[in-house]
Amino acid sequence: MASTIFRSLQVHPFLLYPTTFLRRRNEVFHLASKATQSQTDTQQTKVTTSSTQSKKLDKIPKDYEAIIGIETHVQLSTLTKAFCGCPYSYGSPPNSSICPICMGLPGALPVLNSKIIDFAVKLGLALNCNLAFNSKFDRKQYFYPDLPKGYQISQFDVPIATAGFLDVDIPVEFGGGHKRFGITRVHMEEDAGKLLHAENGNYSQVDLNRAGVPLLEIVSEPDMRNGIEAAEYAAELQRLVRYLGVSNGNMQEGSLRCDVNVSIRPIGQSKFGTKVEIKNLNSFSSVSRAIDFEISRQVQLHSQGREDQIVQETRLWEEGSQRTITMRKKEGLADYRYFPEPDLPAVILSQEYVDGIKNSLPELPEIKRRRYEQMGLSMQDVLFLANDKNIADFFDATLAKGADPKLVANWIMSDIAAFMKNEKLTINEIKLTPEELSELIASIKGGTISSKIGKEILFELLAKGGTVKELIEKKDLVQIADPVEIEKMVDKIIADNPKQVEQYRGGKTKLQGFFAGQVMKLSKGKANPGLLNKILLEKLNSKS
Amino acid sequence: MLLSTLQTPRSLSRLTRHPHSFTSRASLTHQTQTLTPSSPSPPPQSEILSIRHALLSRRASAADLVLSQLARLRLAEPRLRSFLHLPDDDALLAHARRLDARIAAGEDPGPLAGVLVGVKDNICTADMPSTAGSRILEGYRAPFDATAVKRVRELGGIVVGKTNMDEFGMGSTTEASAFQVTANPWDESRVPGGSSGGSAAAVSARQCVVSLGSDTGGSVRQPASFCGVVGLKPTYGRVSRFGLMAYASSLDAIGCFGSSVADTGTLLHAIAGHDRFDATSSKQDVPDFQSHFVAVSSLESKPLKGLRVGLIRETIDDGVDAGVISAIRAAALHFEELGCSVNEVSLPSFSLGLPAYYILAVSESSSNLSRYDGIRYGNQVYADELDSLYGGSRAQGFGSEVKMRILMGTYALSAGYYDAYYKRAQQVRTIIRNSFKEALSQNDILISPAAPSAAYKIGEKKNDPLAMYAGDIMTVNVNLAGLPALVLPCGFVEGGPSGLPVGLQMIGAAFNEGELLRVGHIFEQTLENCKFVPPIVVDDIAY
Repeated sequence: MASTIFRSLQVHPFLLYPTTFLRRRNEVFHLASKATQSQTDTQQTKVTTSSTQSKKLDKIPKDYEAIIGIETHVQLSTLTKAFCGCPYSYGSPPNSSICPICMGLPGALPVLNSKIIDFAVKLGLALNCNLAFNSKFDRKQYFYPDLPKGYQISQFDVPIATAGFLDVDIPVEFGGGHKRFGITRVHMEEDAGKLLHAENGNYSQVDLNRAGVPLLEIVSEPDMRNGIEAAEYAAELQRLVRYLGVSNGNMQEGSLRCDVNVSIRPIGQSKFGTKVEIKNLNSFSSVSRAIDFEISRQVQLHSQGREDQIVQETRLWEEGSQRTITMRKKEGLADYRYFPEPDLPAVILSQEYVDGIKNSLPELPEIKRRRYEQMGLSMQDVLFLANDKNIADFFDATLAKGADPKLVANWIMSDIAAFMKNEKLTINEIKLTPEELSELIASIKGGTISSKIGKEILFELLAKGGTVKELIEKKDLVQIADPVEIEKMVDKIIADNPKQVEQYRGGKTKLQGFFAGQVMKLSKGKANPGLLNKILLEKLNSKS
Repeated sequence: MLLSTLQTPRSLSRLTRHPHSFTSRASLTHQTQTLTPSSPSPPPQSEILSIRHALLSRRASAADLVLSQLARLRLAEPRLRSFLHLPDDDALLAHARRLDARIAAGEDPGPLAGVLVGVKDNICTADMPSTAGSRILEGYRAPFDATAVKRVRELGGIVVGKTNMDEFGMGSTTEASAFQVTANPWDESRVPGGSSGGSAAAVSARQCVVSLGSDTGGSVRQPASFCGVVGLKPTYGRVSRFGLMAYASSLDAIGCFGSSVADTGTLLHAIAGHDRFDATSSKQDVPDFQSHFVAVSSLESKPLKGLRVGLIRETIDDGVDAGVISAIRAAALHFEELGCSVNEVSLPSFSLGLPAYYILAVSESSSNLSRYDGIRYGNQVYADELDSLYGGSRAQGFGSEVKMRILMGTYALSAGYYDAYYKRAQQVRTIIRNSFKEALSQNDILISPAAPSAAYKIGEKKNDPLAMYAGDIMTVNVNLAGLPALVLPCGFVEGGPSGLPVGLQMIGAAFNEGELLRVGHIFEQTLENCKFVPPIVVDDIAY
């Protein structure tokens, strides 16, 4: 029973496709959207939504609910493909990374790259799944020119991981809250090649570089109710695979691909509505927008009594017109004639092996977020810091040197983040080390330098490196905290500006700032601001 | 100690006491008899060792040997049509000269040096086409050697050509080849068996010394029986399948043909062992099979004393030719004379093997043959549309037997039928495997005929596929159980100009090819009054 349901879920995009015409559109579209999007940069995984989208959201009548499930394909960052020794790198010249095995030549046999099992078990554990200690590979059979063997090596009735969940913190700007989404299954399979279509449409070419690249397919429970939730689920999955180091999770390069299933039903109805699949989602924001568009399309049809026009089909998200269009109707279910792959032995896991992987897992985003939250950081800070594992590692390393979490968070989220953004650098590429950031914060807190000087030093450290101590010494930046010295400077400024002193004492007390600035300038910014103001006020007020 | 090294290399003799034996050159016959005066019908000897001795003693060069072997190959080829592809003589001579250079330099040229090896056309070779007997791969040249071929070459073997076969191994007569029909060397109006018919006929007619075949349901053993040669189907996983064009992956095994048990064992030793390019190849050690052979001269009176031989009752039942049954019974008596205890054993699941085999084999083949879609290689028809390109290329490229099996397999794997066919067949397979395990716990080897009849006439069963499938009853169970089996000629039945050979099948425990070869060798060396050289072999090569 479960297997039949799965057969219906597992529909290959281009099977039963009478001509290649629409596929061609899809490809061109994919390329076009690739150039303009930059959604998955490490620093911007938060979902952005346009105002038009939220308007659409508002339009959805309150008496309907949407049911959304997601199938995600994650390309694994193994050195070689799943069943042969070919390397894979995105963007290599066509057919430059192929061999008899991934070309499916007669007589060639697959041999499993064992790293894939490691990665699958890692992700399975991270998704809180039950692992199948005795699973296997199956053949999923269909004809398409990008599928060299005429079947895809996949997993059918015994996926390596099942029945897990993923915890997601919805950003405050989207209403906040903590959501748990169910994971139906995770299974291993191989990718297909790509078709390249001639511009004149006269011929198509096959590029098999991607054929045989390992994938994990993650199928969610239909637990999402709107586009934001779906996009946040996908973003969390991306975060997770990056934390685990199993994939670069890059959506533009197709390393992380989401197909979503959307149906609606009147609230109170237990029967599911007709499910529509949406493809061509190249960013989290397109996931979110495509779903919300599709929900309103279906709700509109339903509320007009035209629910029979909601049919089981695959629709394509058009980024340009911001809508979904029919790609292919499903006439009956495809029969993939799955059967166990006889060329590969069963996949047997030992408890010892699984325990080993479990112990090697890094701190996962959800755990990290809860830990940061307990430090008293705001949810905004928590989400920012935990979004990128490298930033989180930097943050944690700085804390390890004894720095105050809130101060560190502020530095990272303001000046450091701005610097990285301007210079287009990642946190691993900046010259500042966690040790020095901690030292810098300590120097300010301890009064050795002012926070203004601290900022100057920070930019020096970010761009050129070095240590805080060296810079303070070299530039003679130690804060002047000697009251006698400050008093001398205050006296000098008061003496040099008799006019302003008179005005101040005549009631124009705002001039205090002017005096403070002059003294600070005289001290080359090194005077302790608190001490300076205290002495300045005493002097200004004493003679009045 | 190696038996064969103790014996003088002897020529291929055709004179026997067999009533139908063919004689043409009395002087040579006389010479043979004088060489081995103690036995008028000496048992088959290792040709591989004879070649080795000739080379190492510098009695002949590899080039000379190759030339004389090629001459004999070409003489028989127009009548038998065993080969689909033969390279230029120059290419083969170049191999031979390299071997001669190594010998001259005092190096060991390898245990297969100078040995001409025929390779079934579904086993990939980089230097000549590999078509699996199919129009859809006409002219296809693989960019790599199959692991088994690679190993043969590394040990000095010379691949002399690609042998004819039923398309993709689907057939039992070699008539399903898209290119030609091979004749049986014992009677050219008869089939050589199949699907490795070309490999069996070539060894039988001494067109090559040994050959590689593939055995999915009996495709090595049945043609070995029909052609009167030794055929070995190793344990599943013993020999790498890398480079073997898959028919039914869970059943396919590359096997060996030779004119003696020793040669067959030597070839197996060359190709066996783990291969990192085949995940189903076993890491079991490969013993030196030759060390299992005992010289006839040093055999005791009851050399197989204590060996428990089980004769499978279901294989000498109705539907099996009387002549075959009596040959097998005679073989059983011979085992008893050698000191074995022979008992009939019953394998009640035996008859289930055939339907289970055909469901599993066609299911897997429907999947394995999906890659022949005309897109990347092989036969492609011009079409406006993708579906017509697939349909046209496959309709024109595949023969009718292949199409029938693809259709049956597609049906068996379809949603709603999977449980009733494929899954059920897998359950039967488990039952069969267990019943063999049980039978082999009480017997050291099991014996049966290799086929229910001797070779039949070309065209006789062509339009009766069920009758042809039924002929596989003796062999398919062994593939389902993944066990090793050795077929060797044990007698004759009437037919053809000089009688037709009958093969005895010996089934052993998994990975126990060594025991099969040891027992087979003693059986072969002690069998009297049988000379398994077909009439077409008229000349002789003195190594």
